[in-house]
Amino acid sequence: MTITRRQVFALGAGVAAVAITGLPRVALAEEDKVQAAIDAFSGGATPETANVTLTAPEIAENGNTVPISFAVDSPMSDDDHVTDVTLLAAGNPSPGVATFHFTPMSGAAEATTRMRLAKTQDVIALAKTSTGKVYMDRKTVKVTIGGCGG
Amino acid sequence: MASSKPRVKVPKTASKDEVITIKTLISHKMESGQRKDSDGNPIPRQIINKFTCDFNGKTVFSCDLEPAISANPYLEFSAKVPESGTFKFTWVDDDGSEYSTESKIAVE
Amino acid sequence: MRNLPGILVAGVAATAILAAGSVLADQANLPSIDGVELKTRVDAPEGHPLPEIISGFEFRTKETQALELDDFTNPGFLMVENGEAAWSTVEGSAGKSCESCHGDASESMKGVRANMPKWNEAAGRPFTLENQINECRTERMGAEAWKWESDDMLSMTAYVGLQSRGMPVAVDLEAGDMMSWWEKGKDFYYTRFGQLDLACANCHEDNYGNYIRADRLSQGQSNGFPLYRLKWQKMGSLHRRFKGCMDNIRAKAFKRGSDEFVALETYLAWRGQGLSVETPAVRN
Repeated sequence: MTITRRQVFALGAGVAAVAITGLPRVALAEEDKVQAAIDAFSGGATPETANVTLTAPEIAENGNTVPISFAVDSPMSDDDHVTDVTLLAAGNPSPGVATFHFTPMSGAAEATTRMRLAKTQDVIALAKTSTGKVYMDRKTVKVTIGGCGG
Repeated sequence: MASSKPRVKVPKTASKDEVITIKTLISHKMESGQRKDSDGNPIPRQIINKFTCDFNGKTVFSCDLEPAISANPYLEFSAKVPESGTFKFTWVDDDGSEYSTESKIAVE
Repeated sequence: MRNLPGILVAGVAATAILAAGSVLADQANLPSIDGVELKTRVDAPEGHPLPEIISGFEFRTKETQALELDDFTNPGFLMVENGEAAWSTVEGSAGKSCESCHGDASESMKGVRANMPKWNEAAGRPFTLENQINECRTERMGAEAWKWESDDMLSMTAYVGLQSRGMPVAVDLEAGDMMSWWEKGKDFYYTRFGQLDLACANCHEDNYGNYIRADRLSQGQSNGFPLYRLKWQKMGSLHRRFKGCMDNIRAKAFKRGSDEFVALETYLAWRGQGLSVETPAVRN
């Protein structure tokens, strides 16, 4: 029941092949796309890194189903409430994940969903309020790829 | 595409103006449009692109979904309950189909 | 022999991070679902090849475990609900549903999944849950057999399996000729296959708990099947997982429902004896 050196090399070769194809090709273009998505959401305003808490696993066991939650600090009153929250995934083929629309009747500006992450990358939550403020939070999620897919 | 009815979890009762948690889950492949079939042809995108939660006819919460949402989309969110009434949940498919379900809640 | 941890995982930075926080739970703190306790670690009886029998649950991250521990968040329940509806749906020339003969599944199906595969005297072979369901359909209902990996079959095995959740896996090897199937399954378990020349035992007996690149190897226990797999993004059968393993080691996989896989399922049920049925489990 031992594994020979040769088998270990065979495993390693497969692993290397996966690793190479999994590399980001144009990291810069990714940042540009994300910045464009942030600008489109915020209307050009620079988001303040405050008031939004993004919760995501540090390491996702499978990129196909990554639990993600956010909560925005807000009175959720008629005069001052969160109107929209958008989730972006910087390293996906296209950065948009979902956009949530809230009303004072939402009671709280929070939600949980499950998302796909193509690889290790940053997830960004942006929130817009009825008073014109834009807030942001950003988390890196490591995605384990490879091994025994099955 | 949705082969089974959506699942929603809403409390049966609440106190006036209580903020409750609602959980929803619907069966859907969420075909991203990024995949290819065994012949190398792209598989066309087909996803749930919109979710809406109405209470007594008024939208409380809604969400636009992209292909990055996992298969069998799960959404958990909050709602304030000012009075007894009915929540209506609607999911819209890329092919135009709508799936919906309702839940009643009583304010005590 | 569990002697290769370093080599198998060499060079995987992520593993160091994962390994630091051992996922193996404290035995005193058994997970539970709606008050039903799940025995995810049990002592192995004498003569068992493992020192301790551990469910795949224990090898997963807390996020994946959390999906299984809440029936609402567990996506496997979409299929359970389909199975529940199919239970009372009349099909076939005899004008019967499952319910016509078996009544309330929560009573009649209790323990069924826990004892599978089970010797079938008339057929002269062990029946898996899939075999039994299809026999009912073709022989009693006059309905068509379901395909092994069809949504219909997975929904029904999930629904019937759920009725045994929390009960200990206990396959009866005394019945009929079960022992020869057990032997055949054991041979399979220790036989190397494929271009990578690996047996089930190389990963799941010698190296469970270690990483094979980014994946944490489990004991390959069968107590949660059919289960929802994050990678598949749907439910799948135990035989689908067998096929996946064989594909990974670059072997030509046997067919779902083949004698080889039924024998392996029989042997695995014995290896997992005492673990709670977790159907429909959630895995990575």
